Amino acid sequence: MSGPVFNTAEFSGARLNCQRGGRMVLTNLSFRIASGEAMVLRGPNGSGKTTLLRLMAGLARASSGALTWNGDDISEDLSAHGARLGFAGHLDAVKSAQTVRENLFFWASLRGARASDVERAMATFGLSHLADITARVLSAGQRHRVALARVALSNAPLWLLDEPTNTLDDAALNALRNTLSAHLHRGGMIVMASHGDSLLPQARTLDVRQTQPASAAA
Amino acid sequence: MHKFANPTFFMKIANAVFPYAAGLSALCFAVGIPIALVFSPPDYQQSETVRIMYVHVPAAWMGSMVYGVMAVSSAVYLIWRHTIAHIIARASAPIGAMFTGLCLVTGMLWGQPMWGTFWVWDARLTSMLILFFLYLGYIALGDSFEDQERGDKAAALLALVGSVNLPIIHFSVEWWNTLHQPAIRSFAGFSINAAMLWPLLLMVFAFQTYYVAVLIIRLRSELLSAKIRTARFNLAAAE
Amino acid sequence: MSGFFAILRRELTLSLRSQGDVMTVIAFFAIAAALFAFGVGPELNVQSRIASGVVWTTALLAAMLSLERLFALDYEDGTLDQLVLSGVEPVAMVFAKTIAHWLTTGMALLIAAPVVAMALQLPAQAYGALMISLLLGTPTLSLLGAVGAALTLGAKRGGVLLSLLLLPLYIPILIFGAAAVEGAILGVASTTPYAVLGGLLIAALTLCPWTAASALRHALE
Repeated sequence: MSGPVFNTAEFSGARLNCQRGGRMVLTNLSFRIASGEAMVLRGPNGSGKTTLLRLMAGLARASSGALTWNGDDISEDLSAHGARLGFAGHLDAVKSAQTVRENLFFWASLRGARASDVERAMATFGLSHLADITARVLSAGQRHRVALARVALSNAPLWLLDEPTNTLDDAALNALRNTLSAHLHRGGMIVMASHGDSLLPQARTLDVRQTQPASAAA
Repeated sequence: MHKFANPTFFMKIANAVFPYAAGLSALCFAVGIPIALVFSPPDYQQSETVRIMYVHVPAAWMGSMVYGVMAVSSAVYLIWRHTIAHIIARASAPIGAMFTGLCLVTGMLWGQPMWGTFWVWDARLTSMLILFFLYLGYIALGDSFEDQERGDKAAALLALVGSVNLPIIHFSVEWWNTLHQPAIRSFAGFSINAAMLWPLLLMVFAFQTYYVAVLIIRLRSELLSAKIRTARFNLAAAE
Repeated sequence: MSGFFAILRRELTLSLRSQGDVMTVIAFFAIAAALFAFGVGPELNVQSRIASGVVWTTALLAAMLSLERLFALDYEDGTLDQLVLSGVEPVAMVFAKTIAHWLTTGMALLIAAPVVAMALQLPAQAYGALMISLLLGTPTLSLLGAVGAALTLGAKRGGVLLSLLLLPLYIPILIFGAAAVEGAILGVASTTPYAVLGGLLIAALTLCPWTAASALRHALE
């Protein structure tokens, strides 16, 4: 998707530790990402990729460490931080009782996006012919495309994507690849959890399991 | 003050306090119970039945006071995130519920000879019953989550919500009671004279020190089980 | 503000599309009131004596029915994450959802209440008081309910737990709601119940959305 270029920004995390259910999932993790950059999170199941994405979104809270946007701690204004990111987690947040267009239009209106943005996002992800169908009949892959279209129309500089390639067919993969590189060209940032593919060859890799949990939990 | 938030430091103090609390409690009960149940004078209206008061009144006070302790420590936990504050609240809940239950049971035992029935919708007794439900809700909520921390926070918020509501509930029940049953005599009718007052205060003090002693025992076991949990996770993670 | 109305509109659309929601509340209200009639027998003067309490008690229970799902559906399908991230203040979001809950249950109860009251032989002079007290009391039920729903989000045994938490907190509303109706039956004009119900509503309006929003944040963590 095209659009105005984003202001230059920097998003970073320093010495993040996170405990879930009494267990350390992230230990002493730091990262830094600037406008136009992409980062792929890697690590085995349960290594904390999803947790890190939720931390970055401000949905979860780190036991210690800080996340900063242009030097400001994100926890000082979580709503403002939410507004500058698009998030696609494991759950698609698609309401079955509404049509695809209604679903997307609702999120567009919260984000101040226009109806034309909704149409364009649907076209990008091959949803235009499904626009007036209730989401109840969509397949898992189609619902996932709706979730990705929501990110695409969010007009937010930072995209956080959790395994975005799951359940996508080749056409949708292509659409996603094009959307992601267009976003980077606008000066956007992308962080995505993934296990192995070449969706973003230019992306840096962050190994989530940098340190052994056992040594750090002592 | 934040120095006390360190569990190790806190438990050091608590362990030092424990023998005194336990000893004082045992002493006060040993002296207080015989005086209250045998040597104190019978009431001119209620005769021997009045002796239930020596258990009932301290239990009622403690039931309310422990909820207050829970509310304050929950606030401390939510504001400053001191885990020890929440552990105090969680460890207090069953003790407070027990005091409240004791208050209800002794109230019923007192009601049978005085009112001719075990349960009357007396304003204070009804308020204590609702307090008992609030305790049960708090305990149930804290245990209802896979993630311990989620349960801790929900329970802490609930304790605050409950403490805001308690005065409203008490006022409502009082108002409701005067509206419907002006004839019922309530516990307010105790005429306390000095010969009854000091055994009563002795029993109150016995209950308070008992609470402190049991609380410390429960704190120890809460902290130990937290240690065991962490050790288990480390074992699983190290594998 | 536009976010608030967008959420409110969507909540209403969603619950109207599954009409079952509103109908279930009214049906529960009617059947629960009928149970009381079966319990005490068909004598009209007995029913008339308990009508005010029964209408209020059953309305209160019916209002609790759909509370469990107030946030749970959005929590399970990821919508709650998206709403928190949408830049809309969580308090405004909670407020919009609570108002939608009241419009689809409290209002429904308000419409059904005269019919149920009639079946229970509520004296004619008490209908005004019944409607006013329900109008002042049911929003407080929804607001307190939002706090309870947020606290129990993701809990094992959610529904039963929610009742255990909420019913004690509902007692003041029941007392003053039923007392308003009772007063009208006896012809003693008293403004106290209305004043207290109004005061409780204002207190709930100022405190509950914030508490629920804070509980939601913890639930997502």
